[in-house]
Amino acid sequence: MNIHEYQGKAVLKQYGVSVPEGKVAFTVDEAVQAAQELGTSVVVVKAQIHAGGRGKAGGVKVAKNLDEVRAYASEILGKVLVTHQTGPEGKEVKRLLIEQGCDIKKEYYVGVVLDRATGRVTFMASEEGGTEIEEVAASNPEKIFKEVVDPAIGLQAFQARKLAYAINIPNELVNKAAKFMLSLYSAFVEKDCSIAEINPLVVTGDGNVMALDAKLNFDSNALYRHKDILELRDLEEEDSKEIEASKYDLSYIALDGDIGCMVNGAGLAMATMDIIKHYGGDPANFLDVGGGATTEKVTEAFKIILSDEKVKGIFVNIFGGIMRCDVIANGVVEAAKQIGLDRPLVVRLEGTNVELGKQILNESGLNIVAADSMADGAQKIVALVK
Amino acid sequence: MAILVNKDTKVITQGITGATGLFHAKGALDYGTQMVGGVTPGKGGTSVEITLENGDVATLPVFNTVSQAVEATGATASVIYVPPAFAAEAIIEAVDAGLELVICITEGIPVLDMVNVKRYMEGKDSVLIGPNCPGVITPGECKIGIMPGYIHTPGHVGVVSRSGTLTYEAVHQLTTRGIGQSSAIGIGGDPVKGSEFIDILSRFNDDPETYAVIMIGEIGGTAEEEAAEWIKANMTKPVVGFIGGATAPPGKRMGHAGAIISGGKGTAAEKITTLEACGIKVAPTPSDMGSTLVSVLEEQGLLEKCITVK
Repeated sequence: MNIHEYQGKAVLKQYGVSVPEGKVAFTVDEAVQAAQELGTSVVVVKAQIHAGGRGKAGGVKVAKNLDEVRAYASEILGKVLVTHQTGPEGKEVKRLLIEQGCDIKKEYYVGVVLDRATGRVTFMASEEGGTEIEEVAASNPEKIFKEVVDPAIGLQAFQARKLAYAINIPNELVNKAAKFMLSLYSAFVEKDCSIAEINPLVVTGDGNVMALDAKLNFDSNALYRHKDILELRDLEEEDSKEIEASKYDLSYIALDGDIGCMVNGAGLAMATMDIIKHYGGDPANFLDVGGGATTEKVTEAFKIILSDEKVKGIFVNIFGGIMRCDVIANGVVEAAKQIGLDRPLVVRLEGTNVELGKQILNESGLNIVAADSMADGAQKIVALVK
Repeated sequence: MAILVNKDTKVITQGITGATGLFHAKGALDYGTQMVGGVTPGKGGTSVEITLENGDVATLPVFNTVSQAVEATGATASVIYVPPAFAAEAIIEAVDAGLELVICITEGIPVLDMVNVKRYMEGKDSVLIGPNCPGVITPGECKIGIMPGYIHTPGHVGVVSRSGTLTYEAVHQLTTRGIGQSSAIGIGGDPVKGSEFIDILSRFNDDPETYAVIMIGEIGGTAEEEAAEWIKANMTKPVVGFIGGATAPPGKRMGHAGAIISGGKGTAAEKITTLEACGIKVAPTPSDMGSTLVSVLEEQGLLEKCITVK
């Protein structure tokens, strides 16, 4: 789960990580008031969206007085920012972070991430702050330093110092930087983050080591034990169908095509998207109904797919293990009756209770095209949708 | 011969009195697996009665702790159907009790919990399969997990996969071609797991009854690439692959916690390129997994040996 920069900074502040003073603003007036309260001569007006690259897209402006704060806030609030991370449709800015300006002496990069290869949390640091870390990794990998954390003992102070020295933090600030990193690690582990990126980490003219930006991402599997983080969720940053799907515990991702898919199992669901593309079609979504889906869940899944106007046809591909084919069949029939089936539907069933499932579909009186195999089903739906 | 489990394997179910645990304990027994008991803290001393498909009634003892269950039943394996908040701890309890094989079906375990589990398991002898996996099956002998038994048939092709239902798809394609499976292992869809591809491939490599392997991967991480290099250097049997998620958009978690293209890494294209560069033929579509294996078996003169269903 993603959160906004201002929320990430608030979380980090709880752990003693040094961040600039700032306040969130939802209106231009609030932005000006926040700037007044901050009282610094320089104030930064920052768009808050769940995407990076805001600066380059004109979403971050430095204001030297309250008039400029008002002007920039008016300009940025409501603007649709298109960055390299938002996709061409961009994201509308609905919140601003009004932050004290600081005297940046140098920018660095610090990131905490899970390294899948070792199964350990890894601390990364680089002197190349303010740049995309992937670019640095591609062009100058020797400039990225890593410390792997042993979960039995956590990040050690000497590891943090090693990184600080490696990225040339000024000698007199190394202890502060190490403390920063140790606090960041605590936040990461205690809040079950999946990524924590500080880009840039800055050292300031007045001898501070601060997170100028903070990108925190949380492990969705762990949210059940972090009600406070869950409250930070911004539904406006998410696709409405994905939100609806999550209410029913369905795994759904919206895509750009016109063939809706309902599949059991993430691997098979991905493979179904792939095979539709292979036969010249374009999947409208990824949807995994999961193993324990009830008729109700299946009905809701169907409704969500059908609520997408782009969808011109649907392919249901079920290989039942825990998922029983008769449950899927009942769900499909229920959904079709509830909303009215107005688009071509191809169903491929295999596995537990397959014969019963096929019987339910045959006797439903609905216009359902049966498929013998995954390839057959994909070819049929692509043809029907053309 | 197969790997990890066979007809002599005795297994307990952690979470046996829950609906899912009970349902799959029945599935195991119906298949002929030696499911010998279960664990639910607080329900020790009771038992569960399971009416099997053939009409027999099986009575399985329930214990409070894994240690007690192991002592009483002689089980060497455990399967875990415990909710995500408690599953990591259930794995640790099973390892602590000295079980040889622990299979965790549970999806949704927090990643950092699994980081701790892996750390705990260092230096211990237990093998963990999963979490977030369908389980392990040696057709005709032992089924531990949620896979439909009937699609499998005994034979000589090993199957190892990060997915559940996509594995059934592959197995189905093999069985309908008369090609049986030595064992099918679901390593699971999580980013941090008990066993990776290399661990399972190594076992298949050492198994005299396995003549070839199908490896089913997906986007996210670098396990397939690492496996490809290992295969090139060590594997003495042909391996055929499939990688799901070629059409997945970057940055999105595609169901499985581990199925995410992050920072440009973990794409299907990269995996396929690496596999092919290491001499592993990759099926172009999920429908071609069986036929791709057949063509490789033919090339290597192994097809006849692998046809176990006449």
